[in-house]
Amino acid sequence: MIWRVGTVVALRDETPSARSITLELPDWPGHLAGQHVDVRLTAADGYSAVRSYSIASAPNPERRVELSVERLPNGEVSPYLTRELKVGDQLELRGPIGGWFVWRPQQTESIQLIAGGSGIVPLMAMIRSRASAGSSAPFRLLYSVREPGAVWYRDELRALSDRDQSVSVAYAYTRATPRGWPRPPGRIDAALIAGMTWPPNLSATCYVCGPTSFVESAAGLLSASGNSPDKIRTERFGPTGDRQ
Amino acid sequence: MSSEIYDHLHGDYLDGNAAAGELSKIFVMDVTAAAGQCAHCGATKRFAEAHLYMQSPGVVARCPVCEHVLLRLVTVRQRVFLDMRGMRYLSLDT
Repeated sequence: MIWRVGTVVALRDETPSARSITLELPDWPGHLAGQHVDVRLTAADGYSAVRSYSIASAPNPERRVELSVERLPNGEVSPYLTRELKVGDQLELRGPIGGWFVWRPQQTESIQLIAGGSGIVPLMAMIRSRASAGSSAPFRLLYSVREPGAVWYRDELRALSDRDQSVSVAYAYTRATPRGWPRPPGRIDAALIAGMTWPPNLSATCYVCGPTSFVESAAGLLSASGNSPDKIRTERFGPTGDRQ
Repeated sequence: MSSEIYDHLHGDYLDGNAAAGELSKIFVMDVTAAAGQCAHCGATKRFAEAHLYMQSPGVVARCPVCEHVLLRLVTVRQRVFLDMRGMRYLSLDT
């Protein structure tokens, strides 16, 4: 797989510490929702660093790829991508990568998405792909975040679920909730899985993405509530320190 | 998802997806959807389900069932070393 050069065409802040970056790649071969890319930054002295980022955008004819990146205080790559990168700058990308953690518009079965923190990114690509393909597959998203201000794609998620009854979005807050929220802050548990996800007899395909500990826990709860392990696909990216 | 989150904390694993970019230097086809059999316990799982440890200097994929090493991948300068003796076979859709 070759390294391709993309040009930054848009930047959007999701939260004070996260930014979405839209790149245009003239020779992009196209991607599927759920796939990721490797990004390579090379310093003047030749030192280079490679990081993987999920693609947030749906497949599109404009050959555009949107990535959403969370800034990590001691990161080598993310502070540059979220602070210094400007429209017109170029980045090296390798991809699209991965053929397992993907959703294809031909899939008509019920879909359960469970995101922990920035694990929302590949799941957002699936929701966007569903909309752009005109799919009517029933989608549910359970999105676990620290606090209301940490939600990514908030307005777009609201618009998508308002417009289409077959898409529902539920939030679970781990640190702080909006005022009057019915559930106290806490991690995803069996009651939440039972109340907010498809009944197991629907045999929904489940996609779980987030920090390793979150994914282990959510996938375990899905399985314990009667979902077949064969229908649960996971993508992990290691612990974030503050567990979601 | 970001592998950088993993990079500055350690001791935990990612999944096979995270090695796919490096493995694309060697394999023409996508390996994450490939099924591989563990030479130790015989479990057959998608490579995407393997537990991946990315502490330098290389990448180690372990069986998600028994945690034995399936694959090791190390890049030294311009040379890539791939050790797959922990995997009895890998089957891919053509």
